[in-house]
Amino acid sequence: MMSKLTSVSALEALRKDILSRRDPEKTKLSVCSGTGCRAYDSDKVIDALKAGLLHHGLNEKIDVVTTGCHGFCELGPVMVIYPDGTSYFKIKPDDVDEIIETVDQGKVVDRLLYVDQGGNVQAKEDDIPFYKYQNRVVFGNNHFIDPENIEDYLALDGYHAMATCLNSLSPEEVLETVKKANLRGRGGGGFPAGQKWEATRNAPGDVKYVIVNADEGDPGAYMDRSILEGNPHSVLEGMLIGAYAIGAHKGFIYIRQEYPLAVEHLNRAILQMEELGLLGENILGTGFNFEISVHRGAGAFVSGESSALMSSIEGKVGEPRPKYIRTSISGVHGCPSDLNNVETWANVPIIFNRGVDWFTSIGTEGSKGTKIFSLVGKVNNTGLVEVPMGISLHDIIFKIGGGIRDGKKFKAVQTGGPSGGVIPEDMLDLPVDFDALTMVGSMMGSGGMIVMDEETCMVDVAKYFLEFLADESCGKCVPCREGITQMLHLLKMICSGEGQPEDLVLLEEVAAMTKECSLCALGQSAPNPVLSSLKYFRAEYEAHVNDKCCPAHVCKDLVTYHIDPAKCKGCGKCLKNCPVGAISGEKKEPHVIDLEKCTKCDTCFLVCPPKFRAVTKLSGNQTLPVSKPEET
Amino acid sequence: MSQINVTINGEHIQADEGMTILETAREAGIFIPTLCHHGHLDSYGSCRLCVVEIGEGERKKVVASCLYHIYEGLVVETETEKINNYRRIILNLLMHRWDNVPVILLEKYGAQNHERFVDNPTFCILCGLCVRYCRDVKGANVLGFVGRGTIRQVVIFPNQAAKYCPTCCPTEMECLHYCPTGVICSKYYGSRPADGQDVPHAHPVCINDDINVLDVLEHVGHV
Repeated sequence: MMSKLTSVSALEALRKDILSRRDPEKTKLSVCSGTGCRAYDSDKVIDALKAGLLHHGLNEKIDVVTTGCHGFCELGPVMVIYPDGTSYFKIKPDDVDEIIETVDQGKVVDRLLYVDQGGNVQAKEDDIPFYKYQNRVVFGNNHFIDPENIEDYLALDGYHAMATCLNSLSPEEVLETVKKANLRGRGGGGFPAGQKWEATRNAPGDVKYVIVNADEGDPGAYMDRSILEGNPHSVLEGMLIGAYAIGAHKGFIYIRQEYPLAVEHLNRAILQMEELGLLGENILGTGFNFEISVHRGAGAFVSGESSALMSSIEGKVGEPRPKYIRTSISGVHGCPSDLNNVETWANVPIIFNRGVDWFTSIGTEGSKGTKIFSLVGKVNNTGLVEVPMGISLHDIIFKIGGGIRDGKKFKAVQTGGPSGGVIPEDMLDLPVDFDALTMVGSMMGSGGMIVMDEETCMVDVAKYFLEFLADESCGKCVPCREGITQMLHLLKMICSGEGQPEDLVLLEEVAAMTKECSLCALGQSAPNPVLSSLKYFRAEYEAHVNDKCCPAHVCKDLVTYHIDPAKCKGCGKCLKNCPVGAISGEKKEPHVIDLEKCTKCDTCFLVCPPKFRAVTKLSGNQTLPVSKPEET
Repeated sequence: MSQINVTINGEHIQADEGMTILETAREAGIFIPTLCHHGHLDSYGSCRLCVVEIGEGERKKVVASCLYHIYEGLVVETETEKINNYRRIILNLLMHRWDNVPVILLEKYGAQNHERFVDNPTFCILCGLCVRYCRDVKGANVLGFVGRGTIRQVVIFPNQAAKYCPTCCPTEMECLHYCPTGVICSKYYGSRPADGQDVPHAHPVCINDDINVLDVLEHVGHV
């Protein structure tokens, strides 16, 4: 148990002490233990490493750091060896002995190194394209921090920014700095954080609150989770700086109950802060008081909306309320409340530590700094990527993401989660920038980025997102509740071949109304998937409606399965695997699918050996291509 | 309270600070349709029929007039082409829940039953008037919402009903009078049926599957 720090100099003395106990040249094995890697048993790897080092008598010579997410979740468990930066992927507990031996001898285990799509081996983390093109300002420290150990954060200048603000800057100066840095909300809206802070600061009332929005709900997005799991103190430090600038003495962290590890790390971090006197009364002897309470959300997507979140904190149902009076004027319990997203808060200490000029040197005119995206979908490298604002979508998908899987063609990328929009290929040069993305009908959102290939049906995608929103809408206002219901109904009709040309007009009509008349941002952005896909992929909608054809062969009702007699060699694989016995044929003779029995389960298509590719999907008025029987 | 100058449909109007656009307009005799608004209750903003356009030129935006407070110099348009079109679409959507949307509204905005939409005839438009009356005025919380999104519905909580209904609304169920659709109906007390509606056959929405407000009240010996 550490004793309470009563002054800024005591904090700096502690930091000096921590650093004096550490040797930067000492070999460190940084192993990810975020939720993603844990799912791949990284805990067992870590245990094995610790036991192995002890067994070899190397535990004094080599450290193991159990860290949060490194980002390349797809290849987990991930390990980086410092100081030289060698990184290993897909480590099994059985690999541990070999790793320990080679580390001690200064060699590498070749089979655990990264191999790119072209077959090139990259030993060093910094040379791997997935990492090379990133700029990991917020996320980079995850590699060096054991989230359960506040000393690791302190060793990296942790709480230095907060101490400086509390001790030598006035709240106004802190506010000015954040305004100058033009830090915009990373939760999706992109509202300037400094302006929000200022409005809350200037709002009448003695009691003010600051809130961390950690109710990350977009399907497939987990940036905030990874920050909280891996580096909770960065968020807490940002929050304290904000509270000081605003004049708040109480903060809430609203976090999803579904993030148990993040909740655990957050609670532990708060305890450690209290022990050190970084929270509570008279923090670091500066006279500033602050307390934090952690609220766990019950899994409603809409509770990520600021006013719904605040209702939920008050113990009411998480339903949005009208925000004609901003929450910075009247938020939790009617008091001025400043709410920012996890990533926004995590950026704050960085601005103070590295300076406004440095921060604003990254990014575009209107969007400064970096943004973390969760890059998922049909892309070769999936995971969390942090990129400078202004980087093109093309660079993210093809340089960092390594292009589309299985050599398929890129079709579209969806940014901004379920209420974002799809962006087609000819707009891939678009820079990642709050305003640019909004202009083309999508949005930055919290950072979801789903890549789709040529085998994706855009109508089906719009339908998928609306199904999500139909569940997650709170149901309070008519445009959102009824609008989504009917839009979803129309999309289902279109996908099942019952669409009419007028449906497209009707979709646009309802979408426009929902966008402008809905009560909260969920409803206002819900039509985005429909409107953007209609705008850029109208031909695909028209094919569904006019020709009853799903060009991507996704919509089951519009697709039939056939076996090309010219290609089928009668191997019997499809026949054996068909779950409904719809396939018949003699051995070594072309097989036939009985369309009456076929349930379109896709099994025959998947099991047909690639050298034959005899099973074909047809849609609309497509016919089987006439191919000559091959010479045998 | 100080007086504020606003312009509604080009008409110059003076009103008290703190009033909403809807209140200001209604006081000046300007019609704005609503379904979820009631003078006894706080504004709720769910039906969105009361949307109006505010501001001028580039800065025009659509707001719910029942919630938006007036300020000096505010310019409001209540019947623009866009607004009337949105009201038509909202009414079209509502018609698939409730087949007795007041004819006067349907005619005014040209709304009609759209065959491409799916019907969801619960007859309840989830305006929350009954829920809010029961909760905010009577403090009883007998009625409440359950579910969210497209499956949201109003239900009665039987234990609350047993506790409050007999004493809270002893002579008649007062929530009945707030229901704009006549969905909360009572064969015992009569109801405020929507025109032409055969009341006992209206689908009572204040049910949880088969639990009806009235059955519960009967059960607890209230009727």
